[in-house]
Amino acid sequence: MDAIILQILNGLDKGSAYALIALGLTLIFGTLGVVNFAHGALFMIGSFCAVTLSKILNLSFETIDPTRTDFLGNPAKIKTPYIESWFGPETGAAIIDWAVPLSILFSIPIMISIGFIMERGLIKHFYKRPHADQILVTFGLAIVLQEVIKYFYGANPIPTPAPDAFRGSFDFGALLGIDPNVIIYPYWRLVYFAFSAVIIGGVFAFLQFTTFGMVVRAGMADRETVGLLGINIDKRFTIMFGLAAAVAGLAGVMYAPINSPNYHMGMDFLVLSFVVVVVGGMGSLPGAVLAGFMLGILESFSSMNEIKSLFPGIDQIIIYLVAIIILLTRPRGLMGRKGVMED
Amino acid sequence: MLGLTKKDATLLLVVAVLALCAPFILNPFPEGSAMAQFNAGYPDLMQRFVIFGIFAIGFNILFGLTGYLSFGHAAFLGVGSYSAVWMFKLLSMNVIPAIMLSVIVSGLFALLIGFVSLRRSGIYFSILTLAFAQMSFNLAYSVLTPITNGETGLQLTLQDPRVLGQSVSETGGIPVTSLFGIELRSTYQMDLGAWLFQFNVGYYLCAVMLLLAFYLAIRIFRSPFGMMLRAIKSNQHRVNYTGLNPRPYTLAAFVISGMYAGLAGGLMASMDPLAGAERMQWTASGEVVLMTILGGAGTLIGPVLGAGFIKYFENIFSKINDNVLHGWFSLLPDGLENLIVGVLHPFIGKGWHLTLGILFMLVVIFLPGGLVEGGQRIARLFRRGKADQTDTTTKPAE
Repeated sequence: MDAIILQILNGLDKGSAYALIALGLTLIFGTLGVVNFAHGALFMIGSFCAVTLSKILNLSFETIDPTRTDFLGNPAKIKTPYIESWFGPETGAAIIDWAVPLSILFSIPIMISIGFIMERGLIKHFYKRPHADQILVTFGLAIVLQEVIKYFYGANPIPTPAPDAFRGSFDFGALLGIDPNVIIYPYWRLVYFAFSAVIIGGVFAFLQFTTFGMVVRAGMADRETVGLLGINIDKRFTIMFGLAAAVAGLAGVMYAPINSPNYHMGMDFLVLSFVVVVVGGMGSLPGAVLAGFMLGILESFSSMNEIKSLFPGIDQIIIYLVAIIILLTRPRGLMGRKGVMED
Repeated sequence: MLGLTKKDATLLLVVAVLALCAPFILNPFPEGSAMAQFNAGYPDLMQRFVIFGIFAIGFNILFGLTGYLSFGHAAFLGVGSYSAVWMFKLLSMNVIPAIMLSVIVSGLFALLIGFVSLRRSGIYFSILTLAFAQMSFNLAYSVLTPITNGETGLQLTLQDPRVLGQSVSETGGIPVTSLFGIELRSTYQMDLGAWLFQFNVGYYLCAVMLLLAFYLAIRIFRSPFGMMLRAIKSNQHRVNYTGLNPRPYTLAAFVISGMYAGLAGGLMASMDPLAGAERMQWTASGEVVLMTILGGAGTLIGPVLGAGFIKYFENIFSKINDNVLHGWFSLLPDGLENLIVGVLHPFIGKGWHLTLGILFMLVVIFLPGGLVEGGQRIARLFRRGKADQTDTTTKPAE
């Protein structure tokens, strides 16, 4: 029992990341009909937003402290971040400590503008081209974005720790009345899960309960009719692209403490999140979320030793195996709409 | 000639001349000159040109003719490499049985994957092939370690049985790959003044294979079977309505292109008897997609051009560093020189992937037909210029 709970918890954080990326992919596909292979790169850029902010906050100036010397006997240089000198040492240190959560605010405008530029500058010209062309051009864009990041940040992963308050682990067992120290779960992963639940809920609420979201949903169902009603649907779809980019970026920002950002993390996640989208059903938002969590949890279950001894290597291939089975038996995916990319 | 039309025969002849004279053509700059680093006429690189050319030709038979975009083709290359290395380990160091086995095994593998994946089309097909390739990659890394030797990669050892050959060579080392006794690594060097030309047995083996593969591709393109594949690309529903089942045709194309990939993998292992799982990763599949698109999908010569182009830049572009650039622009005033070098810096050396990505995007956006279409446009421009001179009254038919 406790092992099962533990695996479900383990699957949740990865599943949250899959669900968030797949949600963005589906938003773009459902609104604009574009298969965006650069979505993984947006996730990666989000992660690097966190890196950038923590670097900016750590910018410091050097002062020479004559009372102390370093090991060579020279007067010691002490680095003080500017933040600490402006806000005082304690507040400053706290701000630096909370760099990752702060980058949420920092990354939203960046990601939305990247999304706008991408849609207006590139994707717009590909609406009428075949899906293969869209895949290829966004694949090229993903390579370019990845190499640009590599140029500025280097090829090595950059550790970006979570705030001190979340660094420990949480004893789930004690909460559920099972023996303590059996189900231990890092706080940050809980935060990540809660965060992604909030984002997913936010996106759904936005689409469901606002006039803007209603128009977008109408556009997803029948673009032409909405256009005939005198609504500039293209403009709204551009905004949705920006929103999807922001969702991917936020997923990346919060994932930075779990997995140190490196330039190819986007590609690693891209393949899996495409599988997630296809399993959930192209164009279905609930399907993307459901499939994301389902595959994340399945992945962590299959890495249990009991299951691995039954089917060796199953943990490596479970996601692809599920995808193949689902694609062959349910062509539309789990919750795909009728008539969307069905052939 | 050989059942080809005159145009195709000329094309084949051009490719044959280019492939056989490559050691000369790719070595235009004398040794020791400033431009010598642009020479690509060394065996290792020439072999790679040709092997990836074969790989891309095969990919093009699937993608160019049927429009099915496979994102998992590297899996067949990897399977081909593994089977060739196993042949070297178990049978002998002769490359012919190894290459034959790798073509057969990857063909069977393609039959299996194609049978399942081709039930869907469009993006679903891409995802299915991607999923299969990633599965094989992950399995090769983990559970199949007894066959693939996991992360280390499959290598020859002194303890291998090699029933028809010898386990240990006379010198006590691991024997090298050979073609009926001729070592593939042996190279004839020709010194001509300042030039040094290298003729490598392995390269010529690959070149002959390329010509065979290219000839077969021409025949497929011009055959009724090829027409059928094009029909499937342009409208699969209509093919269905005429009472034909497209599945056997697409499956045949898939298997053929898988066998091409297996041939490439077998040759790769023959040149360097080593096989690693990273050859099967999806980025490797992406590379062959890049090559085909860059050269021109659906054309005969395009994939070979694209493969040569990418491999050339991978090896030559990545060698250019800041010092070389400073050398080139040393005539300019210092400030301008530093500015130009600074601007170019991200695109050269380790950053050549960036150049490749930008180039690829430009090709997809502006030249959907790839380098071949670019060449045709330039040719048309010249031809129109000539036509204008002779007859100024004709208006362009827009």
